[in-house]
Amino acid sequence: MSSHYEAPIREPLILGEKSYHDISVDVGAPILGKANKSWWIVFSIALIAFLWGLGCIVYTVTTGIGVWGLNKTIGWAWDITNFVWWVGIGHAGTLISAVLLLFRQKWRMAINRSAEAMTIFAVVQAGLFPIIHMGRPWLAYWVLPIPNQFGSLWVNFNSPLLWDVFAISTYLSVSLVFWWTGLLPDFAMIRDRTKSPFQQKIYGILSFGWSGRAKDWQRFEEVSLVLAGLATPLVLSVHTIVSFDFATSVVPGWHSTIFPPYFVAGAIFSGFAMVQTLLLVMRKVVNLENYITIVHIEFMNKVILLTGGIVTVAYLTEYFIGWYSGVPYENYTYLSFGAATGPYWWAFWALIICNLIVPLTLWVKAWRRNIVWTFFVALVINIGMWFERFDIIVLCLSKDRLTSSWTMFSPTFVDIGVFVGTIGFFFVLFLLYARTFPVIAQAEVKSILKSSGARYKRIRESGEDLAGTAADSRTSNYAERTTLASASNNDKTYHQATVNADALLDTEAKKAEVDLMLSRIGIYDPATQTADDLKLISGVGPVLEQKLHQLGIYTYDQVSKMTKTEYDLLDEIIDAFPGRAERDDWAGQAQKLKQ
Amino acid sequence: MASANVLHALYNDDDILMKAVKELRAKKYRIIEVYTPFPVHGLDKAMGLAPTRLAITSFIYGLIGLSVATLMMNFIMIEDWPRNIGGKPSFSYLQNMPAFVPIMFELTVFFAAHLMVITFYLRSKIWPFQKAANPDVRTTDDHFLIEVDAANHDLDALSKFLYDTGASEISLIHNEEHA
Repeated sequence: MSSHYEAPIREPLILGEKSYHDISVDVGAPILGKANKSWWIVFSIALIAFLWGLGCIVYTVTTGIGVWGLNKTIGWAWDITNFVWWVGIGHAGTLISAVLLLFRQKWRMAINRSAEAMTIFAVVQAGLFPIIHMGRPWLAYWVLPIPNQFGSLWVNFNSPLLWDVFAISTYLSVSLVFWWTGLLPDFAMIRDRTKSPFQQKIYGILSFGWSGRAKDWQRFEEVSLVLAGLATPLVLSVHTIVSFDFATSVVPGWHSTIFPPYFVAGAIFSGFAMVQTLLLVMRKVVNLENYITIVHIEFMNKVILLTGGIVTVAYLTEYFIGWYSGVPYENYTYLSFGAATGPYWWAFWALIICNLIVPLTLWVKAWRRNIVWTFFVALVINIGMWFERFDIIVLCLSKDRLTSSWTMFSPTFVDIGVFVGTIGFFFVLFLLYARTFPVIAQAEVKSILKSSGARYKRIRESGEDLAGTAADSRTSNYAERTTLASASNNDKTYHQATVNADALLDTEAKKAEVDLMLSRIGIYDPATQTADDLKLISGVGPVLEQKLHQLGIYTYDQVSKMTKTEYDLLDEIIDAFPGRAERDDWAGQAQKLKQ
Repeated sequence: MASANVLHALYNDDDILMKAVKELRAKKYRIIEVYTPFPVHGLDKAMGLAPTRLAITSFIYGLIGLSVATLMMNFIMIEDWPRNIGGKPSFSYLQNMPAFVPIMFELTVFFAAHLMVITFYLRSKIWPFQKAANPDVRTTDDHFLIEVDAANHDLDALSKFLYDTGASEISLIHNEEHA
C-alpha cells in the first residue's frame, strides 16, 4: 500500500520473519519468563553496591559533610560532578523519545523505551546529590516557596540552585508521565497475554484499563507529539540551567557564555554513550537483536560523533577565548597550559583522550558498525565525560584568583562510596525494569513493521500487496473463517456441539443467539456431566424437555441461571414454550432442585 | 430499540481493516468502535473521527503556568520582600526579569505537560483500577476488531458483507446496556 511506502535505500529496522504476534512474543518473553542465573548475579552485585552507597550516605548525613574530601576552597567536587554526570546521562533518553519523534525518525522506536527508563533512573540518581551534599539536608524543604510561620519567609529566585530544583523536578515528572503514557498499550498487551492471575491483576492496574480504541489512539498520538514538543525545549533548558550553576558565577573558567549549549551537547554525547552501553548488553541478554540492530547502533554512533564534534568545538572555543580575552586569570586557569601541565594534568588528558580522540574512530564505518568497538568507545566516553565535569569543577576551583587559597582536592572513600552506590542503585532499577517492563515499545514497533521490517520490504520490492501479510498462523488459526453467513453450509463446525436444533432454528442469527445463551448459562458436557430430569420443574413436560435438550439445555444448573433474556429467546424459538416460565420462576425451581 | 445487537468483526491485518472501515462507511453502516493493538495511521480519518483538541488545552495550561510563575515571583521578590540580594535590582519585576526566566519557562512546561496528560486520562477514561474494555484480548496483540451496530440491519446480510471485507471472525453480541 502506498501508506507503507519507504525508499528501498533504507536498511530494514526489524530483521527476521516477524509478524505482529512475534513482536508481542519477543517483547513479552522476559516478563512472562523467569530470570536466569546471570541476571541474579548482576542484580546481587548492583544491590550490594547500592547498599554500600546507602551506608555512605547515612554516614555522611549523620556525621557531617566533613567526611568527604572537600575543603574551604573546593566546596564542590565529586558530589556536583556526579550530579551533572547523571543529569547529562539522562538527556539522551529525552532526546531519543522527543527530538527524534519530532524528526520522525523511525529507528527511535526500538530504543526509546529503554532510553527513557535510563533517563528516569539517571535523574533519580542525580536528584540524590543536591540533597545529600547539603550540610543540613533535613531542612531541604526550605527551598520550596511554601507559606510558613516565619512571617512567610520566601526563597530567593535569583539563584541557579533554585532554578535547578524547578528544572530537575519538572524534568523528572514530565519524563515520567511521558514514559508512563507510552507504556499503557504495552502494559495492556502483557495484561492480555499473561496466564498468571497475579500478573493479570498487576498489569491490569498498571495499564489503567487501556483498551486501544481508535479515539484513544488518536489522543495518544496527539499527547505524545505535544509532550515531545514540550520535552525538547525542556531537555535543552534543564541542562542549560544546570550549566548556569557555573556559568553565572564569577569564577574564572566557570564564567562563560558557551556553557549552556556546550553542556547540552555534552549531555547528549554522554547520554548516548550510556544508551549504547546498556542496549548492547540488553539486546544480547533479552534476545532483541532483531529489533535493536546494527543499524540502530550505527545511527546512535553517528549522533555521538555529531555531539562529540560539537563538544570538541566548544573546548577549542574555550581555549581560544581564554587566550583572546587577555584576562590573566582566564588565561591561566582555563586555556590552560596550567591545566595540561599542572597537578591535574592526568584529569585534563583523560578528558582530551576520551572525549576528543577515541570517538574520532567512529568516523570509520566498519568501526562504528562493530559492536565490541562501540561498547568500548561508549565506556570510554562515559569516563571522559565524568572527567570533563570534574575538570570544570575542581580544576577551576583549585587555582582561583588568590594564590593564598590555592589547594588540591582528593576524595575520601565516602565520596567514592556514594558514587559507586548511585551506580549500583541505577543498575538495580534498570535490572528490575528489564524484568518487569516491556523494554521495547511494541505498539510503536508494530506500527513501523510493515514499512521497515525486512520481510515486508522484501515483499513490497517483489511488487506484491502487503494487505494480509502480517497475519500469524498461531493467532489466526481459525478452522475456517467463521462467520454467521458462511457457516450455513457446515454450521456444526462452529456452533455448540450439544445443540441439535436444526428443525427449531431457521436462521444463523438465531443459532448464534443460542450459542450466546449457552455461554451465559453454561454448556453441557456429556463426557463429565449427567443430565438432570428437567420434567421435575413444574410446567416442563416430555415434549418441552426434548426441545430443551435439542437446544443444549440438560441440567438444573443451566436452568437456574436463566433470566428474562433467556426466557424471551426460548419463547421465540420454541412454539410451545409457556409464558408462565417467568411467572413460575423456573430458575428458582431449578435452584432448589439442584440441592 | 428493536434490536440491541452488535456484530464484532475481527481482522488480522491493518491494511484489510482500513479497507473494511472505508467500505463500511461507504455502505453507511454505523461503526461503534474500533479496537487496535497499535496506532493505525489514518484510521481516525477513515472512521470520520473529529480531531482531538488536547493540543489546544495544553496551550491554555501553558499560559496558566506562565501566569502562576509570574504572579508568584512578582509577589515574593518584588512586593512582599524587596531585598537587595547580591545587588540585583528588586524595584520592579521587569528589572530583575532575566533571573526569573528559567522558572517562568519551567512552570509553563510543567503545567502544559501535566495538565494535558491528566486531561487525556480523564477524557479517555483511563486511570489505575479502570477495567479494560477491549472485547477480545487478541486486540492488544495482533488483531483488529470493528464493532458494528446491527440495529435495523439484516444480520445475515451484514455478516456476509463483513465476511467479504475480509473479517476472519464475526460474532453476534447481545448488548445488554442498550436493551
